[in-house]
Amino acid sequence: MSEGVELSAVCCDFGDFRAVDHVSVTIKPGEFFSFLGPSGCGKTTILRMVSGFISPSEGEIKIGGQNMRGIGPNKRPTALIFQNLALFPLMPVWENISFGLEVRGVDKETRRAKAEELLRLVDLPNSADKAISQLSGGQKQRVAIARALAVEPKVMLLDEPLSALDLKLRQHMRAELRAIQKRTGVTFIYITHDQGEALAMSDRVGVMSQGKLQQVDTPQAIYNQPANGFVASFVGENNIFTGTVENVAGQMGTFGTSVGNFTAAIGPGVTRNSAARLYVRPEYAHLQAAPAAGNSLPVAVENVAFEGNFINVHLSDAHGGARIIQMRNDKAIAVPAPGERLHMSFAPENAMILADGAGQPASRSAAQSALEASHA
Amino acid sequence: MRELVRRYGLTLAAVFAGLTAFWLLALVVFPYFFLAETSFRHYLPVDQLGGPNDTFTLSNYLTFVSSSSTTPFLFLNVPIHVYIFIETVLFSSVVTIITFSLAYPLAYFLAKVANVKTVPTLFLLLLIPLWVSEILRSFAWYIILSYQGPLNALLGVFGLHQVRWLTAYNGVIVGLVYTYVLFMLFPIYNAISTLDTNQIEAAQDMGARWWQIHRRIILPHSKPGVASGCVMVFMLSAGSIIVPSLLASPSSRWFTEVIQQWMFESQDWNTGSAYAFLLLLICTIFVSVMMRLFKVRLADIAQ
Repeated sequence: MSEGVELSAVCCDFGDFRAVDHVSVTIKPGEFFSFLGPSGCGKTTILRMVSGFISPSEGEIKIGGQNMRGIGPNKRPTALIFQNLALFPLMPVWENISFGLEVRGVDKETRRAKAEELLRLVDLPNSADKAISQLSGGQKQRVAIARALAVEPKVMLLDEPLSALDLKLRQHMRAELRAIQKRTGVTFIYITHDQGEALAMSDRVGVMSQGKLQQVDTPQAIYNQPANGFVASFVGENNIFTGTVENVAGQMGTFGTSVGNFTAAIGPGVTRNSAARLYVRPEYAHLQAAPAAGNSLPVAVENVAFEGNFINVHLSDAHGGARIIQMRNDKAIAVPAPGERLHMSFAPENAMILADGAGQPASRSAAQSALEASHA
Repeated sequence: MRELVRRYGLTLAAVFAGLTAFWLLALVVFPYFFLAETSFRHYLPVDQLGGPNDTFTLSNYLTFVSSSSTTPFLFLNVPIHVYIFIETVLFSSVVTIITFSLAYPLAYFLAKVANVKTVPTLFLLLLIPLWVSEILRSFAWYIILSYQGPLNALLGVFGLHQVRWLTAYNGVIVGLVYTYVLFMLFPIYNAISTLDTNQIEAAQDMGARWWQIHRRIILPHSKPGVASGCVMVFMLSAGSIIVPSLLASPSSRWFTEVIQQWMFESQDWNTGSAYAFLLLLICTIFVSVMMRLFKVRLADIAQ
């Protein structure tokens, strides 16, 4: 039913610009795999190479073990869902869905039956004869999915198909897509810049920046053990401290910054001389009145944002660097007031010293870049 | 109208309305009305105009079908002018089909294949021949196609037989296609360039071959452009006079030539006007029937 996709050292050049740079990844059959990255990172180019619209400048792509070089998009066992869906406005819904069968010469009755069946699968019965213009955004989405499934692809490729929907519908369609993927067992390759989508839906996520694959892992591992600074700052929020690696001792190390020395876990490949930064997730940092033993720095409360289930406290450290901590809204908690002088502390195992990744902003305040990355 | 006055003031609004009225009345309605009136009157010597014989009549229109000389057509003997009319419609249709088959691939190439940067240059190259007058272009083709002309000379270079090109309707078809191909190209180009390229790719992705993509996606999308191009080329061809007279052969006749003969050789403006209206009327009916056959609505063409 489904096939795996294997990319080995795939590159893609547009003139002098290398859009995709030696990407190697093996996507297993039946897996929901997401490429996550900011716009312009090369993720759509990868999708277009897998679907066959552009051929890699170097490297090879295998689908189900078969090399795809020289095989056109109309002969590949893939189906692509476009960002703007690209439904055919002049055909009714059922003809849209059965278009792939029509061009294969399937007779009309079989096509109609298949279209009806797929419409039930995507939970949109009784719409076969509607015009595309009569459908809402979410319904169009479902028709696009049904149309792609009609050709019984081994691999489904999705290019940010949810980006045009409003928040509520997007969250609903996330669950829906995941359910359809599980029901059909087709390999899904999903392209997104929305970390929430990637983390919530995928079996594995590949984080990309500047054409390079930064890390491939499960959503938990991407979030909890980012491979480098780019992944840490792009996925989720972080307090980022610039400074130097003072000392490495096994799994732990000491990181010297202008606001003090901190002990933290050493990330992959970090040595004494590497360019690295210290990352602390807002939810792992705490506030207290007195300086704590271990990692602690004095901060002033700037602003408190009550988000419902949690509270974001925006702080500034001794050098004016923006810091942020997040506390769960438990009714007993004392919410700090703006202007209060407190101490921010974090456990060494919850802080990470990570090497700088490609495409990482060189010098910007921690909370700001983390915030931007999460909204990008 | 009130909106126009409010926006532009009384003077400017009056100028707009006056110019539009002048255009419509003096340049369109009145000449047509004059011709229509003429077509329903007898052709009389000057001294009898306004006399008892100057009455309204249908005889000018009936001349079209009651001509004494006939030509066999299919299984019928049809009056010679009807026969010429049928040939005019027939060969205008041929011209329309040929221009379409030339313009559609070119329009597709310009809209979807050619590099965006080179398109303006290509358009310029297409437009330059249009700067030369229709008469000169027709003469150029007359020279190219003549028996001792450059085309036959070229064939001679390759050791091929010389061909007598200007026989039957060949010259007329070549000349009309060349003159009107851009009227087909531009509407189709406009229509195709509004098609989202993702739709072509989506069809490709679902396994469609190139001809299936054209038949199911690109042609249906460009139908309004194709329709307006076809109507324009057909009507212009059927109403053309310069090309059919200059590139004529002894056996080619065009209905506009008959109208011209009535008006300027027989000096019979009455029958000439009647024939001109018949041309307009029957061509309009023909186009309407074709539009119905190909399921094109008038609103599509006006797009």
